[in-house]
Amino acid sequence: MHLILAPFRILGSIPISFIRELGRMVCFLAVCFYWMAFPPYLIRRIIKQINFIGVKTTFVIVLTGSFIGMVLALQTYYALVKFGAEASLGPVVALSLIRELGPVISALMATGCAGSALTAQIGIMRITEQIDALDAMALNPYKYLIIPNLIAGIISLPLLNAIVVVVGIFGGYAVGIGLMGLNGGTYFGGISDFVKMKDILGGLYKSLSFGVLITWISCYKGYNAGYGAEGVSKATIQAVVLSSVLILVWDYFLTSVLTT
Amino acid sequence: MINVVDLYKSFNGHKVLRGINLTVKDGQSMALIGGSGHGKSILLKHIIGLIKPDRGKVLINNQDIGRLRGKLLKQLKERFGVVFQGGALFDSLTVFENVAFPLREKTRLKDSAISDKVYNELARVRLSGSEDKYPSEISGGMKKRAALARCLIMNPQLVLFDEPTAGLDPLIGKAIHKLIQDCQKNLNFTSIIVTHEIPAIFSIVDRVAMLFEGKIIAEGTPDEIQTSADPVVHQFVHGELEGPISVQ
Repeated sequence: MHLILAPFRILGSIPISFIRELGRMVCFLAVCFYWMAFPPYLIRRIIKQINFIGVKTTFVIVLTGSFIGMVLALQTYYALVKFGAEASLGPVVALSLIRELGPVISALMATGCAGSALTAQIGIMRITEQIDALDAMALNPYKYLIIPNLIAGIISLPLLNAIVVVVGIFGGYAVGIGLMGLNGGTYFGGISDFVKMKDILGGLYKSLSFGVLITWISCYKGYNAGYGAEGVSKATIQAVVLSSVLILVWDYFLTSVLTT
Repeated sequence: MINVVDLYKSFNGHKVLRGINLTVKDGQSMALIGGSGHGKSILLKHIIGLIKPDRGKVLINNQDIGRLRGKLLKQLKERFGVVFQGGALFDSLTVFENVAFPLREKTRLKDSAISDKVYNELARVRLSGSEDKYPSEISGGMKKRAALARCLIMNPQLVLFDEPTAGLDPLIGKAIHKLIQDCQKNLNFTSIIVTHEIPAIFSIVDRVAMLFEGKIIAEGTPDEIQTSADPVVHQFVHGELEGPISVQ
């Protein structure tokens, strides 16, 4: 009987452990928002974390943003030429970047650069008892460690998104005008005609929510890291994979809500 | 005064603490000895309030730490000082910043006053000259001393040491023991020291309690513990391989 039931038990344990983990993650976020409602706000820590999440990711963001814009312009140009609509290159590049690619690329890059480092940093603090030391000093680890990162994520991601969009548009400009011989005025004129405030706000909402998502998952995984170097490396991998997947899933849901 | 009353704790069905009863009076220093994995550090974490018990309670000055919340818990914890096994120094801060950390976060002292206090505390633990070094740049013994300085800077009434000499050579270990003894004499705090340093620890504490399989099996003065007729205590204290404790 025991042997017959074993596969069902294993099969059942998968959704149970998934739901349990999800519950823990949501509780973690709820506790963060609860503590976020009360001062003091550690401004210096928040600025330090904006530097960590935002400033240190900027170089990679500029690099990827410019190449994304360039490749987008290149691919789109050849498609548009077939319909004689190459004048639409500017709006197509800009709208793709503002609505989708900007928020998603900046979030994925921030996950790779800052999210993984954040998980490793908090994970090491967990296994070397530094978090316990904070608690023992009657300092709230959420207020000191997690909330500054969440706030920094919320501030940094929209700015990183803006950089990707601007750099990407100029990357597209370089290809469209420099290589393909399009008119510069047509490129930017089209952008100002077609891009609406609604598009910009949509990108902003996305990057704000990605800021919460990345820092939430990275901090949660680090805070609950297992023992030793293996525990930290496992937590880091999980944080990067889960953040990346959730960014794409959340992007789809948000897009479907924002476009209806 | 610390009163641990009938404390039970299990992790994933494994019973770690099985009814601990322990009293530490004000100003007293108590060594907690016992084999690895018998629950010493877990008991310490219950006393600090980092872990909640399954059953039983920890009373600090008649206040149940497991039931306190918010401001009351914070006020109680502010009377604690903890020296963790690895020091638990913040690795992104220098020794000076680590020691100054509790003052900066919990008081409104001016920078000059904080600086004076930190230099005094570092001098007390004989770490003058290492202020600007990071934890990764100092030795294990220096880390323990820096952790002790960070703990003492808030003038705690109760100090908990989790294996303060683990991983140190005998001379440095002895120096740390002497430092703990001197600090306790001067500052008159209550202390609990989790340690494996036998018999060195017997010369610096007032009382000793031995934990075995999640229970306190012996408690008394260092002399009483050293001359105990209990075969488990005798074997452990004298480091004998033959006896009721199986050595794996």
